[in-house]
Amino acid sequence: MVADNQTIVGPKVQGSKGPRVQRSKGPRVLGSKGPRGLAIAVALVLFALVSLDARARGPLDLWTLGPLDQQSRVSRIVSLVPAVTEMLFAIGAGDDVVGVSSYDTFPPEARTKPKVGALVDPDFERILSLRPDLVVVYSTQVDLVARLERARIAMFRYEHAGLADITSTIRAIGDRIGRTDRARALADGIDRDIEATRRSVAGKPKPKTVLIFGREEGALRAIYASGGIGFMHDMLEAAGGQDVFGDVKRQNVQATTELLLTRAPDVIIEVHTGEPWTADRIAQAKRVWSGLPSLPAVKTGRIYELTDDRLSIPGPRVAEAVRVLARVLHP
Amino acid sequence: MTLPLRRGFPAIALCFTAMVAAVVAAPFIGSTSIAFSRVFSTALPFADNVDAQIFFIARLPRALAAALVGGTLAAAGVVFQGLLRNPLATPYTLGVSAGASLGAMVAITFGSMWVGGVASASLAGAFLAVGIVYALASARHRGLSTTVLLLAGVTLNSFFSALILFVQYVSDFAQTFRALRWLMGDLDVASYAPIIAALPLVVIAFTAFAWLARPLNLLSIGAEAAATRGVNVVLAQRVAFFSASLATGAAVSVGGPIGFVGIIVPHLARLMVGSDHRLVLPASTFFGAAFLVGCDAIARTVLAPIELPVGIITAVIGGPFFLWLLITRR
Repeated sequence: MVADNQTIVGPKVQGSKGPRVQRSKGPRVLGSKGPRGLAIAVALVLFALVSLDARARGPLDLWTLGPLDQQSRVSRIVSLVPAVTEMLFAIGAGDDVVGVSSYDTFPPEARTKPKVGALVDPDFERILSLRPDLVVVYSTQVDLVARLERARIAMFRYEHAGLADITSTIRAIGDRIGRTDRARALADGIDRDIEATRRSVAGKPKPKTVLIFGREEGALRAIYASGGIGFMHDMLEAAGGQDVFGDVKRQNVQATTELLLTRAPDVIIEVHTGEPWTADRIAQAKRVWSGLPSLPAVKTGRIYELTDDRLSIPGPRVAEAVRVLARVLHP
Repeated sequence: MTLPLRRGFPAIALCFTAMVAAVVAAPFIGSTSIAFSRVFSTALPFADNVDAQIFFIARLPRALAAALVGGTLAAAGVVFQGLLRNPLATPYTLGVSAGASLGAMVAITFGSMWVGGVASASLAGAFLAVGIVYALASARHRGLSTTVLLLAGVTLNSFFSALILFVQYVSDFAQTFRALRWLMGDLDVASYAPIIAALPLVVIAFTAFAWLARPLNLLSIGAEAAATRGVNVVLAQRVAFFSASLATGAAVSVGGPIGFVGIIVPHLARLMVGSDHRLVLPASTFFGAAFLVGCDAIARTVLAPIELPVGIITAVIGGPFFLWLLITRR
């Protein structure tokens, strides 16, 4: 797999020299001529030229003229969003992924793909050198979006939102890359799965839960928890828990000791990323909480330290994540 | 010499009262209302008494930490301004806070490998910065060259800032967020342990400050003039540099690099009691403590249940207030 990729990438980088010079001329012409009409005319001419170019890799997405490749097959995808990378692999487009973000670890095949940076540090040159015909970006990466537009490279703009948006993103990316059926099947499956978990916990008492994704190790300081919006909050509700910060309409809340004492969670779930924690480390993390002895979760010992990236990546494994939470909340 | 001293006493008494009032009042203010009859009730065991825990675990250590940090930063600001004979000097001018921040960033980013926690890492960073600046400033001079001190401090500040950016850049997103939040200052210490850990350092620093008041007065005229009046200039400079740095490092390790307290409060104190360090030091300490406790109370309540970083409040309140004083006191 690795060797395969390298042989593909190598020659194409060199081959790209010709058209890249031509493309980089484009914006300069646009910029120097003032009127919009002329600019559009030039863009049209450029478009004609580029589509005539034998080396052009399928239809191009010229944003000014509207999307042209809505149902076309794309074959070289760079994904800066780990959740979407997972989606692409899950709908069978893994072989078309030619570049991933520096945080991509799942599925294992994703680790072997070239890394092109992430949210704050996308490597534009590296992305270009992979000759993608679709780049999955965060919609907040405005600089990268502008540069990719100038380079006439099509984009899929990802927005981080709630649980329901995960399956709608799967359907959207499936439509975008011409794998509508598999994407729909996957998304419907996830929806059904989550619904089943929802039904299985329906009617059970909902423990007041705080879902923590960051804390200073060894102290009850700098504690960050999921607020009342976002996919973590939605997962918690779907798994039959009551979010103690459900009323705070933010993605994250700094949970001060006073807030925690006031909200009195029955269950504390701490989500860690990276390598699984040792038993000692987990025991120590639980001990720290005895600093707030009145919390019901501390009294009953319902403190859970989970190292599970399914809980932090809003991707196709989200139904499993909801099941994990449901098992924790309703043992 | 005795007359102006006595004239400053009412102002110092006022600052002291303000500090005590702030520390006593702050635990009664918060985002949630608690029943005070239950806070001090002995009928309920402490482990079950939520109100008492909010009072004694969440609020009281916080008020005490704010007082400690505010008073220490303000006093350190006075000493640095006296040592460098520069009204724009702050406790952070000589790179102590940048070193402390770097230590904290490293601990937050590579936390699992660091045993001592964020506070001790920031203290270690502060000591590193102090050591470097001292070595540079005393390399070519007998005693300390204040010019070299300033230049070395400013350069070290930007150097460490670059390293901080580097560490943040290689850390993952959640860590970057936590690190950034640490830089804004946070006094939710959650127990008395961080305060007790910092206390010995603060006590040592303030003992030195007490001794420094007279030498600093004479140094403000000039090093040579002070020497002719019997001040051991080299010793005074060293003590001032190390004690103020120690105080700053201790304060930053508790609450993060909270800005503005260390520059505004000394000037406000001078407006109240004049420029005699024997008056400015206690007035600044008490007023700085009261000021930070007040700012933290605002930070906790103004957007409740969400909390604002206290560093934002000190800057937002302190900055305009200081400018207003500057303009009206002409």
